[in-house]
Amino acid sequence: MSTNTQTSFDLIGMLKRSAIATIIAFLLFLPTLGLKTSASGGVDGLFLQYRWSLLAMGCAAIFIGKMALELFAKPKDGQQKPAAQASAWAKAIASPKTAKAVAPLLMIFAIAFPFLPFADRYVLDIGILIITYVMLGWGLQIVVGLAGLLDLGYVAFYAVGAYSYALLSAHFGFGFWMCLPLAGILAAAWGVILGFPVLRLRGDYLAIVTLAFGEIIRIILLNWRSFTGGSNGLSSIPRPSFFGLPFNQEPGGFAATFGLEYSSLQRIIFLYFLILALATFTFFVTGRLRRLPIGRAWEALREDEIACRSLGINTVNTKLSAFAIGAMFGGFAGSFFAAKQAFVSPESFNFMESATILAIVVLGGMSSQLGVVFSAIAMIGGIELLRQLQFLKVIFGPDFDPSQLRLLLFGLAMVLMMLWRPRGIVSTRTPTVFLKDEKTVSAAMISQGRG
Amino acid sequence: MSQPLLSVNQLTMRFGGLTAVDAVSFDVYRNHITAVIGPNGAGKTTAFNCITGFYKPTEGQIVLTHTDDKEFKLEEMEDFRISQEAKVARTFQNIRLFGGMTVLENLMIAQHNRLMKASLYTLAGIFNTPSYQRAQLAAKAKAELWMDRIGITDRADDPAAALPYGDQRRLEIARAMCTDPVLLCLDEPAAGLNPKESEELNALLRSIRDNDNVGILLIEHDMSVVMEISDHVIVLDYGRKISDGTATEVRNDPAVIKAYLGVVED
Repeated sequence: MSTNTQTSFDLIGMLKRSAIATIIAFLLFLPTLGLKTSASGGVDGLFLQYRWSLLAMGCAAIFIGKMALELFAKPKDGQQKPAAQASAWAKAIASPKTAKAVAPLLMIFAIAFPFLPFADRYVLDIGILIITYVMLGWGLQIVVGLAGLLDLGYVAFYAVGAYSYALLSAHFGFGFWMCLPLAGILAAAWGVILGFPVLRLRGDYLAIVTLAFGEIIRIILLNWRSFTGGSNGLSSIPRPSFFGLPFNQEPGGFAATFGLEYSSLQRIIFLYFLILALATFTFFVTGRLRRLPIGRAWEALREDEIACRSLGINTVNTKLSAFAIGAMFGGFAGSFFAAKQAFVSPESFNFMESATILAIVVLGGMSSQLGVVFSAIAMIGGIELLRQLQFLKVIFGPDFDPSQLRLLLFGLAMVLMMLWRPRGIVSTRTPTVFLKDEKTVSAAMISQGRG
Repeated sequence: MSQPLLSVNQLTMRFGGLTAVDAVSFDVYRNHITAVIGPNGAGKTTAFNCITGFYKPTEGQIVLTHTDDKEFKLEEMEDFRISQEAKVARTFQNIRLFGGMTVLENLMIAQHNRLMKASLYTLAGIFNTPSYQRAQLAAKAKAELWMDRIGITDRADDPAAALPYGDQRRLEIARAMCTDPVLLCLDEPAAGLNPKESEELNALLRSIRDNDNVGILLIEHDMSVVMEISDHVIVLDYGRKISDGTATEVRNDPAVIKAYLGVVED
């Protein structure tokens, strides 16, 4: 009976809802778009500028946009969430078969990437950055995605790894390959140190303590000047060599030994393959761990901690192992970061980094390794891409600078993404073991964990 | 009778000024179904939580004896150790399955401790050594056996949350049995079941009692389940034990009729 009225064309309701949206937009835009303070050469310094036309344009855009949404979006009946209407390609991504087919293709592309014609220094640097974040995402996925423990201070382990390499090489003269495992072990130890106080915490409280932990590490690095160099950071960290061959123009260097012409790009390509190898290692280890008893226990912990205890699972050890192993991969990545930059300072390890890594995991999907790859490409590559959008000048005029708006556009993209796929790009879960056929578990069934 | 599997002696649990369980003593035997009944608030679940370690009792002793005469003082043990070492398994009044994980995964997690040892605490597992593979296959076979016994093998790869309610109840029992318990504690296993599901549950509990060499301790409101399958009934009221005996004895006990059955048959 009421379905008839719902499906019929409701022009007045549409206009009403669009008008409400426009009024809200007007109130929001009034101070942000409508008013501008400009510095003048005058005595007063600042004066207000009114931009009524821009304000009107903004409101008109909202009105038209809301009308379009009303026209083309399906009528809401409360139950229907966007996630329920998963599109065909989203379903295709989620199926384990596609994942198995796509992963090797991505790997082949990643290996061929430095030799593609457009791969200059800038592109390779972005590639290295993306792969570093993929690796960090996989590490954090253990803690957040599998064990369901919200960690807002993951960057602390990245910092521990970076400073471990910087300090161990400076004080003991250890090389990169010596420091890499040590950095992982030290970061894992810090993971356990963080794990102990937060064992009993869940949800918001856990998030606050992990956030504080990340800040504590950063502030210690900033203030312990005699040891960490404070805000000046540590510089002249030795760069990794290719099995003992340094990347320089000397006769004993990499280029001379292999009879190549020296190019600074060789070192970048080497770093690219180094992080690719580290990330591949992370991929296999975390993928394997998920299918082992320990990984199943992490997921069980996310689903129901009390049931875990009733089955004789030591939840303390399980949580600590999730923190430690997640932190270990952060440590590896940090050690690579120090080697790549040859310089570390607390600036690189602020909360924004933790938030970015967490966003990559959440956007990618809590338990999908492939999802993390896509979301890291979208997040890191996307931010870089927004620097390049010079064509937008054609639309918005020559004064428009896309790089200034990139975080705004990026935030908008994230909001849209979360509306469209609230549980991430790959929201389904692939079982760790199966009897007859490997079916994915839909997001609606999966508990998100309260800790 | 032989030596009791579980011996509860003067168990007392106070929450501030409230005495939820007051000096209750009873025994549970192997290959027996022991039911704890009583009106709402009688202290059944509290007693249960003390036995499974989710509460620490204020006073009293809870001793579990294995067949090799090894004794476990449950009141001193942490909850997960009670399951891991003393081999006491439990289910929950409001089902606590791992809903986002498949039926098979639920049964595999129950075998966590054995598989952890087999995977040398993950080291051997990473390299997928033959001994770990064998342990994994054995665990899978055990899970299959239990899926067969509760008749949900064809749903092995479906998430546990997608199962019908009655199957979820029985899956929770199967999951508890996969930990190889000597004592199976069931908190209102028949709650919310329809008569047919209730019948299936009775059959499962009888089969466990007769074949798996465990003692079953259950809390139940559903009188048809209690009277039909229990070998031994304990009645609690206001935290005290008011009756103890076979189903028939308890049914005819005036104290019980006064406190509980009289109200029910009203």
